[in-house]
Amino acid sequence: MFWQQLVNGLTLGSTYSLVALGYTLIMGVLNIINMAHGEIFMFGAFVGLLLVTYLKVNIFVAMAGAMVACALLGILMEMLALRPLRRRAVSDLAPLISTIGVSIFLENLALKIFGPQSQTFPSGALSGVQIQLGSIQISLVQIIILGISFGLMFVLRFWLSKTRVGKAIRTTAESIDTANLLGINTNKIILLTVALASGLGGIAGVLVGLSINAVEPTMGLSMGLKGLAVLIFGGMGNITGAMVGGLILGIAEVFTVAYGASSYRDAVAFGMIILILFIRPQGLFGSSTRKGGRF
Amino acid sequence: MKKSLSKWFTGMMIGTLLLTTAGCGGGAAPAANSNSQGESAKLGVVAYMSGGGAAYGQSQKEGLDLAKDEINAQGKIKIDLVYEDSRGNNTDAINAVNKLINKDNVVGLIGPTLSGEMFAAGPIANQSGVPIMGTSTTAEGVTDIGEFVFRNALPESSAVPQAVKKAVEKYNLKKVAVMYSSNNDWAVSGYKTMEKALQDNGVEIIATETFADKDTDFSAQLTKIASLKPDAVMVSSLYQEAALVLKKAREIGITVPFVGTNGFNSPELIKIAGQAAEGAIVASPWYPGKENEKIKKFVADYKAKYNKTPDQFAAQSYDALHIYAAALEKSGSTTDRQKLRDSLATIKDFEGVTGKFAFDDKRNPLMDATVLIVKDGQFTELK
Repeated sequence: MFWQQLVNGLTLGSTYSLVALGYTLIMGVLNIINMAHGEIFMFGAFVGLLLVTYLKVNIFVAMAGAMVACALLGILMEMLALRPLRRRAVSDLAPLISTIGVSIFLENLALKIFGPQSQTFPSGALSGVQIQLGSIQISLVQIIILGISFGLMFVLRFWLSKTRVGKAIRTTAESIDTANLLGINTNKIILLTVALASGLGGIAGVLVGLSINAVEPTMGLSMGLKGLAVLIFGGMGNITGAMVGGLILGIAEVFTVAYGASSYRDAVAFGMIILILFIRPQGLFGSSTRKGGRF
Repeated sequence: MKKSLSKWFTGMMIGTLLLTTAGCGGGAAPAANSNSQGESAKLGVVAYMSGGGAAYGQSQKEGLDLAKDEINAQGKIKIDLVYEDSRGNNTDAINAVNKLINKDNVVGLIGPTLSGEMFAAGPIANQSGVPIMGTSTTAEGVTDIGEFVFRNALPESSAVPQAVKKAVEKYNLKKVAVMYSSNNDWAVSGYKTMEKALQDNGVEIIATETFADKDTDFSAQLTKIASLKPDAVMVSSLYQEAALVLKKAREIGITVPFVGTNGFNSPELIKIAGQAAEGAIVASPWYPGKENEKIKKFVADYKAKYNKTPDQFAAQSYDALHIYAAALEKSGSTTDRQKLRDSLATIKDFEGVTGKFAFDDKRNPLMDATVLIVKDGQFTELK
């Protein structure tokens, strides 16, 4: 049972990591917590669901569709809710509040468009396919989630550290003003980052929606909270931190249930986060010295 | 600079608020109906119409609307319904009840959907002297809130033992695992009732696992349960979590019967869980397949209007409004809350779609339940 529970923990944790990656990108560059990420994630799940149900596309096309739709949502959010605030030197909290507004707006929009009922992916869309490895059972969706989140982590790290655009993003994260002086079009870079993070949210939405197979307008909130906890736990804006933090949270939750009492699940998981933050206030992988440049 | 910012925020907030209200759907019911005689009785409805249990509230609204149209067409009495969405949230339920009582001046209330919401909002109605009737509040002690609190929902303490007993006899259960949602008042009460019923039947509980409302991952609990090999699993939760539990359980190879509390009583359970719902057992006062003229007519009318078979929530709400109508007629006033309460308390021998109905002296219903099992994607009677 130990190995099965470890697999359960890893797969649950990888969904947290996937959600936390989107928070991390925006946190790293813009230094704000995007409270609307959970809702963008939910929209991604719905777009994927609709594509699979009505256009009968395969799941990878649905993921691509959800990514594009969510990237567009992210661009809209950046232009309407974030950029106007950046132009005027307002309080640091203003963008946070403004993303809360976006999240409420999106949740209610989804309630209006999709209705309040939870919907499921049609059978045959990957969900429910099980693979038996010795005594361990793992679903195909979970393997894909695990693979995609690790893949994204490496691609993101490579892209940020080696490519020109990646370097521009890191410069922007270090200081927007300096980046501007160096001739980087920071507005474009920020737009790109928000679109990328939202696109990742869209993919995460489809994958998580597929693995629990129930998509509904309020699903963003609970997933978003876990993602937020992972963001802080892993070190604000650190990609490796988001990845490892998500897995640790997932494993902690599952093992509390397996070897303790299920009612203490959240207490143990979050108690552990508090304890680690006591020892390392900057989070698992966060650096305590620099303000920007978190990747 | 500051000013334009605040203007921007205000605009955003107003926009959000507008959308929030719009999102409440039925909230915009015709509050000021043009009934010039002022004869129509205004009843407030608090239901779970958005979120994870929205199917319950939706069914309740449909059942109520159907009953309202019938009652108003008969013409003996006119009823107006004002809907408020509680979102399955205690605070929202309290706000909704306060608004309906103080702003809309309703003569009586129907709802809220969840027992937890009733425990939060019921005392307010009771203190204000407004009769409130739960149509799905099945937890222990709901009507102990006060003498203005009624329910036509069959209490878990009467329904669950029937389901447990039937399942124990039918499947010869010796040891079972129990799961419940630990942050939902009603689910915890259902769990306690289950535990007692199991003890009464001499069944051993080999594991008790909890989860929370809105959880989506149950693999850890179910892996643990699977390794203990129980004869059956008892689940006390709303349909969304129950459906996901069933799905996961079947995925990891738990094939034993599942016995549920009232939360299993929704076609949504079968819709979400699909094949995995087979073998789910629940006791319900409502069974659409019964040979009865009244039930047949209700099912046909409901199908004609909404193109689906009514579930227990629709049926009980439908009955609740007819009970209110009968009480209003008897009390002879469409505005006197005290009179309405007194006449409600005397209702008996009422013939509804959920069977013969009367309130006992604690304002709980006296009625029978049928034990149902999911078979080929349908609730059928477990014999």
